[in-house]
Amino acid sequence: MLRAMLAGLALALVAAPLGCFVVWRRMAYFGETVAQGGLLGVAIGVVLSINTTIGVLGVALLLSLLLLRLSRQSLVPLDSVLGVLAHATLAIGLVVASLVRGPSVDLMAILFGDIYAVTQADLNWIAIAGLISFAALLKIWTPLLSLSVHEDLAGAEGVSVEWTKGIFIIVLAVVVAIAIKIVGALLTIAFLIMPASAARPFSETPEQMAFFATIFATLAVAFGLFVSVAIDAPGGPSIVLVLTTMFAIAMIPVALSRRAR
Amino acid sequence: MCGVPVAASHGASNLTDRPGADDHDHSHHDHDHHHHHAGPPSPHLEGALISARAVSLSRDGRAVLQSIDLDLSPGEIVTLIGPNGAGKTTLVRVLLGLVPMATGDIRRAEGLVIGYVPQRFDLDRAIPMTVERFLSLGRSRDRAAQQGALVEVGASGLEDRQFTELSGGELQRVLIARALLRNPTLLVLDEPVRGVDYAGEAELYALISRLRSERGVGVLLVSHDLHVVMAASDRVICVNRHVCCSGIPEQVAQHPEYARLFGPMAARSFALYRHAHDHKHDLAGEPIGTAPDAKSGARLP
Repeated sequence: MLRAMLAGLALALVAAPLGCFVVWRRMAYFGETVAQGGLLGVAIGVVLSINTTIGVLGVALLLSLLLLRLSRQSLVPLDSVLGVLAHATLAIGLVVASLVRGPSVDLMAILFGDIYAVTQADLNWIAIAGLISFAALLKIWTPLLSLSVHEDLAGAEGVSVEWTKGIFIIVLAVVVAIAIKIVGALLTIAFLIMPASAARPFSETPEQMAFFATIFATLAVAFGLFVSVAIDAPGGPSIVLVLTTMFAIAMIPVALSRRAR
Repeated sequence: MCGVPVAASHGASNLTDRPGADDHDHSHHDHDHHHHHAGPPSPHLEGALISARAVSLSRDGRAVLQSIDLDLSPGEIVTLIGPNGAGKTTLVRVLLGLVPMATGDIRRAEGLVIGYVPQRFDLDRAIPMTVERFLSLGRSRDRAAQQGALVEVGASGLEDRQFTELSGGELQRVLIARALLRNPTLLVLDEPVRGVDYAGEAELYALISRLRSERGVGVLLVSHDLHVVMAASDRVICVNRHVCCSGIPEQVAQHPEYARLFGPMAARSFALYRHAHDHKHDLAGEPIGTAPDAKSGARLP
């Protein structure tokens, strides 16, 4: 329980501010696609007998680069490209996982995560990767924000646009890889976009939004795990359920507001 | 309104490369001009903030920019006009170094700092943003400097406003304030009056002229709208992938290439516009003599 709590909180601290950029840059489906590649990553990790987190990270990075490359063409729209890749990796992952005999690939754990199965070694991984990602995100915060507001203006003011975007994509891939461990491939993106979305109505500046998102995410981890233990429900989905409730409450005044935003 | 007489910068920054091309015979002079890339490129203009020679760029096998020359001197307002899709914004992006050019040579003055006001600034509402935070993204976190810049552009008191709640004119002023915070020597404004009403347009051009005379910055304007912007310029470059014609606004307005691009009405109504504002009328409607600063003063209040 303690390890689950620590892992969840570590993830919340980096995923919430990162998720703001996923929302601002309209990359929810991008993140979803990279996360769905997680199943393939786990399967590859098992086949190659390496740490599955490394397998997930490798696939996430490769998928990100592939997506970046494919986003520069316009013959097939980006949402279709994302759909193709998301389901391609899911299908390949399922086939590979079925070929691996034995109990080494727990499909449910990959798809929905198993926060209570986090080992001390996992926790160390999560802490280190989370810390590095968080530091990297802090470092690129202003340039990334600047180019999310207006790419040409940022470029004209000396922001190295491609470099900053590249770091962001890598951080995103790393965070997705550690999140899969905790909330599973199917719920990872919820952990990124839900706290940010719930924070938006209360925020006047980008930093406020990141701050509120982090508060919401940590509260959701603590409360979600508490609920999960109390009613004997799986951990990851319980956290996402709490986040969903937060989002719903945050959006009620907006939905009722006459100033249709 | 503007302290720099139009003619002063005209001779110094004449775009054409042939000596004597700057005569009164505009009917031919620029037809030669856009074929001149066949010959050796002219030298860069000495003392220019930015001097581009033979800039070309193609995209998907289609020429977007063809051998474009452009010079901009300190304190000069140059306007790029041209129809939609003429490559104006692409040219600006090349000058800013955002897009590599295929061929050509751009020389920038030492210590050149460009303040850029981009076209089409629709901030995504998903990003919460106050004016103050937006200004600080441009690397000046000094609050006093930010307020000074807002005062300078006539947008004081907007610090705490949400970016998405600004009117078109307010938005442009805030964008100009962010550009000014860099202490630019060259202001580049791409369609600065987009989403601004007619009166607001005139005020914005007045602001740009004031910044030019007070700060001595060079200004590169991009516009597809003709009248007001041309009247506010020292020099106009008409672009349609290549330089169709260039010169002082009156020259360009009468140029056949200009008439071909924008229709004969454009040239006529520009002349009317100029005429309508270079003198005052008495109560009976009779003109009461030409204002001494007629050319540069040909602007709305």
